[in-house]
Amino acid sequence: MATAAATQTKNKSVLWDWLTTVDHKKLAVLYLIAGTLFFVKAGVMAVLIRIQLMTAENDLISGQVFNELITMHGTIMLFLAATPLLFGFMNFAIPLQIGARDVALPFINALGFWIFFFGGLLLSMSWFFGGGADAGWTAYVPLSTREFTGSGMDFYALGLQVSGFGTLISGINFIVTIINMRAPGMTMMRMPLFCWTGLIMSILIVVAFTPLAAGLALLMLDRLFMGQFFIPDYGGNAILWAHIFWIFGHPEVYILIMPAFGIISEVVPAFSRKRLFGYSAMVFAVILIAFLSFMVWVHHMFTIGIGPITNSVFALATMTIAVPTGIKIFNWLFTMWGGKITFNTAMLCASSFVPTFVLGGITGVMLSMAPVDYLYHDTYFVVAHFHYVIIGGIVFGLIAGLHYWYPKMFGHMLNETLGKITFWLLYIGFHLTFFIQHILGLIGMQRRIYTYMSGQGLETMNMVSTIGSFVMSAAIILLVVNIVYSAFTSERITVRDPWDARTLEWSTPTPIPEYNFAQIPQVRSLDPWFYEKVHGDGKMKPSEPLKDIHMPNGSILPFLMALGLFIWGFGMVMINMDVPTVVTGIVIAVGFIMTFGTMVLHSKEDHGYYIPLERVKKIEKEVG
Amino acid sequence: MADHVDVSQGLPAEPHRATLEGKNKFLAMWCFLTGETIMFATFFGTFLGLRHQTAGGPALADLVALPLVFFMTMLLLTSSLTSVLGILAMKKNNFKAMRNYFVITVLLGFGFIGCEIYEFYHYYHAGLGYTTSAFASSFYTLVGLHGFHVLFGLGWIITLLSRYWNAGVTLTNAHKFYAASLYWHFIDVIWVFIFTVVYLLAAGGA
Repeated sequence: MATAAATQTKNKSVLWDWLTTVDHKKLAVLYLIAGTLFFVKAGVMAVLIRIQLMTAENDLISGQVFNELITMHGTIMLFLAATPLLFGFMNFAIPLQIGARDVALPFINALGFWIFFFGGLLLSMSWFFGGGADAGWTAYVPLSTREFTGSGMDFYALGLQVSGFGTLISGINFIVTIINMRAPGMTMMRMPLFCWTGLIMSILIVVAFTPLAAGLALLMLDRLFMGQFFIPDYGGNAILWAHIFWIFGHPEVYILIMPAFGIISEVVPAFSRKRLFGYSAMVFAVILIAFLSFMVWVHHMFTIGIGPITNSVFALATMTIAVPTGIKIFNWLFTMWGGKITFNTAMLCASSFVPTFVLGGITGVMLSMAPVDYLYHDTYFVVAHFHYVIIGGIVFGLIAGLHYWYPKMFGHMLNETLGKITFWLLYIGFHLTFFIQHILGLIGMQRRIYTYMSGQGLETMNMVSTIGSFVMSAAIILLVVNIVYSAFTSERITVRDPWDARTLEWSTPTPIPEYNFAQIPQVRSLDPWFYEKVHGDGKMKPSEPLKDIHMPNGSILPFLMALGLFIWGFGMVMINMDVPTVVTGIVIAVGFIMTFGTMVLHSKEDHGYYIPLERVKKIEKEVG
Repeated sequence: MADHVDVSQGLPAEPHRATLEGKNKFLAMWCFLTGETIMFATFFGTFLGLRHQTAGGPALADLVALPLVFFMTMLLLTSSLTSVLGILAMKKNNFKAMRNYFVITVLLGFGFIGCEIYEFYHYYHAGLGYTTSAFASSFYTLVGLHGFHVLFGLGWIITLLSRYWNAGVTLTNAHKFYAASLYWHFIDVIWVFIFTVVYLLAAGGA
């Protein structure tokens, strides 16, 4: 029977295989593809924004479309590009780094991906039904209430609700994976830092995405069912939204930066040929940052008028975050100090991350001073600050991670020459675009304005900023070209460990068999793979005999469940559209029944299948 | 994954956590409930912030019938007790007793939902519509969301009961019943807070 099941998996068509997969390595690729598509979409919006602001009194784009562009750019970049791209690497690397055959809940993993994907699709549908969301990514009330904005904000509330649920369950899955699925000997304090940051990020998701879900539910009830939460006429409170949003919103930026910290902490030791300096201090710092991230949300609301005492407390809490972040920065520097550094593309990104991120951090401390924040608030200074953190932190981290793990994921390297050109274009373009925005903000250019008068001294700097954004676009296009070019020209890699790296994922054969480890390894140290290369015989010691390997079955149910949620969400948005109530009701009901019906179907037991021992031995011989 | 557990001597003492799959689902359920707690906390905060904003409409103190709410509380607390007894029966491998206890849990849950629908109907006809005031919206949202959780829990337990009506306790279904009962306790805890924060505060005139 086991043999039959094993051959069955071979006969699946490619499309069906990818729609039903529960393999963490394949879901990682799906996350990367979906994240890249959303990234490109939001990137094009950013370029349009910059073209509109290139000259004074430009009338290329109307104010309404500009609002839609900035809203969708921010929303998509944070929720639908950065998060899934990071999830892609986490999905790929975390199970391998802790020596597991898969994540703890493979079905939930697939479900999380498809729900995120369909949520993103739902948000994007808004373009075809009266324009995108247009109240800013923070969706402040009363601007985002039923009175002032159209169906775009309905798509925003429902689309983020759906995709946020996907993110939540994926986060839960990572927590359980990291706590329960570690190989023997892989204690918490022997885990690679990428797993630690992944764990902390997932915990933050569980406690930060749920207030967002509540807030979005309130917004949806207000917009679709005439709730009164935010309408002052009937006793509603507009500040309530700002609180709920930022209780989510501030931890959200740490949710994004944590795994990027993790990637940097993997790449820097690997290419400095040294172990990570101050491992336990690094772990302590990420935990502290996560804890403090919930104490600082009011620093987004200094000018809202809560009062000097509250502002002072939150200002101090915000400044405190600089301490653990400083610990991390110095530990990366000390890791590089005296190391034999190889400056390939991954290391260039990782090492340039450090000063760039510090710049973003310093402006962060400047913004945390409540009295001066009245000067900076809602200017381009803030825009420059968070782009330094997000591009300088997350995007450089992602590109470093891409070049680092690419050979393990796809079996060949990315072209180094093209990679280095990409890096330099991106690095120069990024600073060109955003450094000057600090000055623009200080001389008084507001955020979110779609045009400005000539003769105020803003033209030249805006032109420079726009030229910078073209250079960045060229870098991203070159990255895509590199991926296609390398796929055709790069040599196949058959060695396990092309970088001579330190962690467990490099102990697996390339390409990785679907069960990852024929025998779960026995971990004897931090940086276990490096330890075995130096102190052992260059192979991981197995912790179990070779035997049949249990694998979960693929399933189409995650796809259908997520599709049901998409249909349900679309039906909810239809409430505010000009369609008969019956049609709306039917669409909502279809989506509802589809989602809950597939849940009932899923309650049927599925025990997976076994890859028989002979087949495992055969595969190991082929890849070994 | 059940292959590592020796069941020749009968089920292990904690069948829901005997397999790796069971352990994973157990932890995942706790993480999920953590998130749910934070979500409910947000709705509680919203309610506390808006509970005096009646905009000229009725306040809860004018409407609440504490005996009915007390009765509902007793129904839900008892259903939580029967689900505990069900899990104890499961650990003793007494499937029939577990099934009966869960059936009672479901019946009590439906009793609770019925009372809640009656309560909302009553309030609505006394002039407290969903859109009447910020207080009304936040009240119906908080209590209604809890009601939806009760319904979801009922659907969950009913699905499990009908799927495993004659299956007996196994290593592959014990953790499912356990997770459902955890969820049910969570609903019960949330209700205790609703009873205190929403109803007792209103009845006490605070």
